Amino acid sequence: MFSWFGKVSFVSYTKVSDFAVHLKDGRMMGSVCKDCGYTTFPPRADCPQGLSGNFEFKEYSGKGKVFTHTTISAAPTGFEDVAPYTIVVVELDEGGRLMAWAGDTVPAKELKIGIPVQVVPRIFEDSPEIKLYYTVEKPGATWKKAPAPHLG
Amino acid sequence: MSRVGVIGAGHGVFGRRSDATVQELAFEAFRLAIKDAGISRDDLDATVVAAVPEYHKQRSVAGVVQEYLNLNPKPTWLTEVACASGSAAIRTAWMAIKSGVHQVVAVIGCQKMTEMATAEILALMGRVGEVQWESIFGSTFPGYYAMFATSHMHEFGTTHEQMMQVAVKNHFYGSKNPNALFRKEIQLDKAMNSDAVASPFCVYDCCANADGAACLILAEESRAKALSKKVVWLDGVGCATASMSVLRRPNLVGLPSAVEAGQQAFRMAKVTAKDVKVAEVHDCFTIAEIMAYEDLGFCKKGHGGKFIEEKRSYIGGEVAVNVDGGLKAKGHPIGATGVSMAYEIVKQLRGESGERQVPNADIGLTHNVGGIGQYTFVHLFRRD
Repeated sequence: MFSWFGKVSFVSYTKVSDFAVHLKDGRMMGSVCKDCGYTTFPPRADCPQGLSGNFEFKEYSGKGKVFTHTTISAAPTGFEDVAPYTIVVVELDEGGRLMAWAGDTVPAKELKIGIPVQVVPRIFEDSPEIKLYYTVEKPGATWKKAPAPHLG
Repeated sequence: MSRVGVIGAGHGVFGRRSDATVQELAFEAFRLAIKDAGISRDDLDATVVAAVPEYHKQRSVAGVVQEYLNLNPKPTWLTEVACASGSAAIRTAWMAIKSGVHQVVAVIGCQKMTEMATAEILALMGRVGEVQWESIFGSTFPGYYAMFATSHMHEFGTTHEQMMQVAVKNHFYGSKNPNALFRKEIQLDKAMNSDAVASPFCVYDCCANADGAACLILAEESRAKALSKKVVWLDGVGCATASMSVLRRPNLVGLPSAVEAGQQAFRMAKVTAKDVKVAEVHDCFTIAEIMAYEDLGFCKKGHGGKFIEEKRSYIGGEVAVNVDGGLKAKGHPIGATGVSMAYEIVKQLRGESGERQVPNADIGLTHNVGGIGQYTFVHLFRRD
């Protein structure tokens, strides 16, 4: 399932595979250590503090601030057709950071470190396979969420 | 405890070497180093090879190099920490000698990168970021350093023009280095208007992929003195790491691994940043040299842009930096780079650098970064 995540995927199996299932349903999940409460994004199955492997997902709002950014013109294999594209690192309000593409509502020239943004889950609609990602949009951006499934 | 000295150094021509295999490149540098040391192959106890394996069709490069140099059955092994592999090999040889296991060790950094297309190399290098959460967005190696540049500009007002002055300096010195890939000076305005790569970087902010090799011969103190009259001592070694992912770094205006590795090396060699006359720093991208000035303590954090603007890293300034052209002009065959840096410092400390010679060079430093600072090695060299 994790291979759903990304235009090009490099990781098929991980202990946090359900991250992709949630993302498909419109939810961005970080992780919380059930033993010490360490909360982070991207999610980790194993706690870097107490070495516990006892974690659960926690839904993130996707609200945050721009931490840094760059617009890539010289693209690597698999991304030539979308270049130039803008990569943004977002400092998330709930803790941790993520990397995402700048969406249509945030043109590259309007990007500034420190401005508030909303991260929105996305699906590549013209792809025959499921390919998930997220974009950085203006605060207040909304998206559809599926009802929470029961995950083992 | 006895010191470790460099008794020989050799350097091949860096460039697009479609004329040679990786072991043939290694041979060029090895032959020059053995000749420079005035020793024979029989004096060697072991070889440490530095190369990043993903670039070669040949698996397990150390083996093919060892055979081609006719060094079987002496021991060899490979070190790999991305672009810092060469310095990791030097550290490993230093450790082998310090521990008493070996007395004379050859360190060979060698790499053939141009067997691959540029887009393939970009894809491969981008994967030195975290593949699970970052590479899926098409992050590239220039893209990562570009994000550092964006942050540095925002926090300290560093300008793209200041960054590009690093490229102008390094191409100026590269034009005088017969082993360099690019041997032409560049003009600031033309460089600033080169094609976009990853904002704010354009082509001239980036070093070039290259093929090449360099070799050092290291020896334990008493053997070094017996074999050579021009020993350069490796008196301080530092090594530190930082998170693989940019998402887990405290900030993007410096490399915490470089700060830590620098402090370790300075402490061990009992010198300070002010004592360094000549330095080779890891200028894979222009911002990287500016951050290196700051992380090593040549200037305060945030003052790196001014440091290059005021030409304080030229020969005649406070510390001569990358006067062999750096990665920028000399080329960056990643496994060879750390050894190439040490080669330049050894030649400088011996006073053998010709028109690029730094006056009174007695203490020299190398700063070799793997990836985006996931690993940094800092080495301090001294002549007696």
